[in-house]
Amino acid sequence: MLAFLARRVLVAIPTVVLISMLVFGLQHLLPGDPILVMAGEERDPEVIALLREKYRMDDPIPVQYLAWIGNALTGDLGTSLRTQQPVLELIGEKLPVTLQLAFMALVVAICIGIPAGVISAYRKGTWVDWVANIVALSGLSVPNFWLGIMLILLVSVRLGWLPASGYAPFSDDPLRSIQVMAMPAVVLGTGLAATLMRHTRSAMLGVLRADYVRTARAKGLSERRVVIRHALRNALVPVVTVTTILFGELLAGAVLTEQIFTIPGFGKLVVDAVFNRDYAVVQGIVLCTGVAFVAMNILSDALYRILNPRMGDAA
Amino acid sequence: MTAVDPVALEPGLDAPDLPPRRSRAWAKLRRNPAAIAGGGIVLFFAVVALLAPVLPVPGPAEADWSAVRAAPSLAHPFGTDDLGRDVLARMVWGAQASLLAGVVSVAIALALGVPLGMLAGYRRGWTDAVISRFTEALLAAPFLILAIAFAAFLGPSLTNAMIAIGLSAMPLFVRLARGQTMAVMTEDYVESARAIGVGHLATVGRYVLPNIVPPLLVQATLTIATAIIAEASLSFLGLGQQPPAPSWGSMLNVAKNYLEVAPWMALWPGIAIFLVVLGFNLLGDGLRDALDPRDL
Repeated sequence: MLAFLARRVLVAIPTVVLISMLVFGLQHLLPGDPILVMAGEERDPEVIALLREKYRMDDPIPVQYLAWIGNALTGDLGTSLRTQQPVLELIGEKLPVTLQLAFMALVVAICIGIPAGVISAYRKGTWVDWVANIVALSGLSVPNFWLGIMLILLVSVRLGWLPASGYAPFSDDPLRSIQVMAMPAVVLGTGLAATLMRHTRSAMLGVLRADYVRTARAKGLSERRVVIRHALRNALVPVVTVTTILFGELLAGAVLTEQIFTIPGFGKLVVDAVFNRDYAVVQGIVLCTGVAFVAMNILSDALYRILNPRMGDAA
Repeated sequence: MTAVDPVALEPGLDAPDLPPRRSRAWAKLRRNPAAIAGGGIVLFFAVVALLAPVLPVPGPAEADWSAVRAAPSLAHPFGTDDLGRDVLARMVWGAQASLLAGVVSVAIALALGVPLGMLAGYRRGWTDAVISRFTEALLAAPFLILAIAFAAFLGPSLTNAMIAIGLSAMPLFVRLARGQTMAVMTEDYVESARAIGVGHLATVGRYVLPNIVPPLLVQATLTIATAIIAEASLSFLGLGQQPPAPSWGSMLNVAKNYLEVAPWMALWPGIAIFLVVLGFNLLGDGLRDALDPRDL
């Protein structure tokens, strides 16, 4: 397994280097001189001179990139123009909030998506399957920010059951924290539940036709035992790996969800940074998300090997 | 010398007693009620968007100050917004922005992604390695975050949002076109074409491209759905269509501030996004089933 991980990390290095080039190249998309844009409307000559020196703008682009990536490798992703805080520190502050939201959304998605996928596959071709598929497709088609707005309207404004916005750290008040995050987690988890349902259904359909399931039935095992112990356990292998990869989608979905529910997380940080033209923060976030996504892919491959020992050294 | 069409020499592509593949796919699509419903929804919104200038609705920026945030009525069936503008009129005009964004973004992604993917799949070797690593790097950043970053650096506007979404969706098509090209390149008719001296460009244009169109069509249809949600998301965040021009996403952005007093402002644009995205998803799923080579 160690050799496999080492090989995967080696293969991932060029990808990470290219992500960094892409992120660095983003600032050159800015129309005109990026430093003038970064300097804001005042365009103070001193600030411009400082920024020009800091970003080594008079150097050739490859030299600028090497200086930038050198700093990034030591954890220096630059400083936020707005708060003057180091970008990495800002991300470190906001990330736990988003991770809590993503984790709760994942729980929602698993609780809905996997049972729905199993039932739909088991009842293939019946009205249950048909309804489950329509609901899943609807879940994929509904914009989650609109779902959030509608839930706020119904649950908070009309019924007054849950708060419409805000955040309470889990470490301070776990119950309140879960209560505040419940609605955003449902909003974020719905689309993911639909994706998980479709993957689970497809995996279960394949497994339910397998010889070992027929053998289990022939041995006289109860249907529940056959479906849960024999079929679902094997069908879950690809589903688990898909779930790992979907974590990236959760981070992206959090951008809108946090905006609607005013949650001070990673997603709100990126949107605020965009509007404040805090480009170092935007670059830092895209770089961190990209690297995290590559890491999740490696984790997904490793999990697949652990859960499916038949892959052996061939993978 | 008379040109020989290698496809004509290939046995078994279409058995003589069966109708052509395209007809079989079309017949299969027509038998799929979900796909037909999806196509109907898409067609409805496309017609509404195209006929917006002649439909009997007020202008999208026409404000009626005596009816600010007025509830749905006969005069304003979907109500009015915070500036007294007719929500139905803005929905009709907003359909143009949403559909245009979906189609143009995917066209950008196809125009850039397919040639790159075909080049990688055809040339292999270093060309493939460089293009594939570049694609993986783009795929590593979540779609929306990448689109937000592009839109942020390009500046907020509908055109830039379409470019941002197109660039973010491009790697999907690079990967798909590459894989499909590699699969088609192993077919006998391509090898025959090469053997009789057909040039690289002609091989790609006449024998590879037509055979990779079906999966690209399916992916394009499904990606239009994603692109419409992405445009609505960017406009919702203020990075897409700019006021006073209407778009469903920007209408929701304003509506969220008036949930208690004018909930209709948020209801209709969301339903429209949901329906049109559902339409493209149903159509895309139907096309995938109809064009599945195992069934043709």
